[in-house]
Amino acid sequence: MTDATTAPRHWRRPPLFIRSRTTRIVVYGGALLYLVLALASIEVNWARVAEGMDRGSRFVEGFLVPDFTSRWRDIQLGLVESLTMTLCATVVGIAISVPIGIGAARNVAPLPVYWLCRAIITVSRAFQEIVIAILFVAMVGFGPLAGFLTLSFATIGFIAKLLAEDIEDIDEAQAEAVRATGASWWQQINYGIQPQVMPRLIGLSLYRLDINFRESAVIGIVGAGGIGGTLNTAMQRYDYDTAGAIIILIIAVVMATEYASSFVRKWVQ
Amino acid sequence: MPAATKDGAPFWRKRTSAAEWAGWLAWFALAVLFVLCFHVMTQNTIWAFAWDAPQQGADLIARAFPPRWSYVEHLWGPLWDTINIATLGTLLGTLIAVPVAFLAARNTTPSALILRPLALLIIVASRSINSLIWALVLVVIFGPGLLAGILAIALRSIGFVGKLLYEAIEEIDESQVEAVRATGAGGAQVLDYAIVPQILPAFAGITVFRWDINIRESTILGLVGAGGIGLQLQSSLNTLAWSQVSVIFALILVTVVVSEWVSSKVRHAII
Repeated sequence: MTDATTAPRHWRRPPLFIRSRTTRIVVYGGALLYLVLALASIEVNWARVAEGMDRGSRFVEGFLVPDFTSRWRDIQLGLVESLTMTLCATVVGIAISVPIGIGAARNVAPLPVYWLCRAIITVSRAFQEIVIAILFVAMVGFGPLAGFLTLSFATIGFIAKLLAEDIEDIDEAQAEAVRATGASWWQQINYGIQPQVMPRLIGLSLYRLDINFRESAVIGIVGAGGIGGTLNTAMQRYDYDTAGAIIILIIAVVMATEYASSFVRKWVQ
Repeated sequence: MPAATKDGAPFWRKRTSAAEWAGWLAWFALAVLFVLCFHVMTQNTIWAFAWDAPQQGADLIARAFPPRWSYVEHLWGPLWDTINIATLGTLLGTLIAVPVAFLAARNTTPSALILRPLALLIIVASRSINSLIWALVLVVIFGPGLLAGILAIALRSIGFVGKLLYEAIEEIDESQVEAVRATGAGGAQVLDYAIVPQILPAFAGITVFRWDINIRESTILGLVGAGGIGLQLQSSLNTLAWSQVSVIFALILVTVVVSEWVSSKVRHAII
């Protein structure tokens, strides 16, 4: 504080993000320049868009008046594939993730195991589901088996990473107490660690079930089975009534699983 | 702790018998459901193809290596497009998400009866549809290209940014709002001086985080024709040019890692 005569009479709000004036100008200027360049690189064929508006309105119509009946068999098949592959992949994925998650926790695993498990997690997280699906479809052929393998693989990275973080965050005193009784490594995991992370693991599993269904609705686009394939076919046939019905079904199932899983999570925790 | 007695002497058990039975029953039900689902799922599977997978995989790797690195010069343009799709899509999505979040937050919504459920519906609908499905729909309407990709990313981002932002708004410190209001500030001034400064770090963090996710998602939008590097991926896959596919995968991986690094740096700087 300076003395009263030279103190500023008006309060000026400090800048929100970057304190230094020059850096601020450079950053904002750079952002503006990027924006101009990026917007300039979009080429829009307005004639095509005008043409598409007609299709768009037909799509909205199809969405508002969905047609569940005429292709119900296809829709049903896709939905059953999506649901079965979601459940199977979540179960298998979690069964594989648990040992990997324990191995990736620094406080319970020896260093070489830790690095190996961390490597597995990184590989699983590096690519999104659709890319993995492309590879599995090339390996085992079209169909829900490829989708099942994809989702199982993707589940590992998610569950194992979060489980490992939970194990690293546990209350060490409890694990210590179990260790003090002369418990073996398995007993330490079972009595010192498992009770602490179990509610979180169940919560994460249900959350992953959610995610897996959402993803199962997409990987069908590259041929890995499920409702996404049915949707893709419907779109290619310009069959917007059916496409609308499928999208409504996807939203309904996603909302139902989300609601159910939040309910179960509350019940468990 | 629930205890049981055996031969008159109490001993420690983790759960009561009823709870134990319920637990085992739940596990058994899950196992049955799993077997059933697996059976239904693999009804039409041709196992000959599935058992063949290791050979197919080895074959794939043999064809993918060595990657045709010279192909990378055809990818700079699509990569630039991909980054633009992600960035402009995030920008557009955020622009729409901010008012939606203010309408959805319990403490800032003008009408809890009509506007709040409407805003929540927008958020849920946007979140339940994957950006690839948005892209599938938008390509039909706007034709293949960047515009469909940007809009797909934007539509998907509304739900994510909107949800996290409205939760941040609901968690603000109300006493600051009250203090600013006590000086006689109007609604807009309360927003500007009491609410916005409190949520700004969270907002910036959420946006950058979403941008990072969007970079990932925009790399594959081209599979359905919505522009970016996915288009090259699609055409390479169609011609079974696996040595080009491996180059594209490598480039996607580098881009994703860089964007993740940028996003975590920025988030650390802000929060």
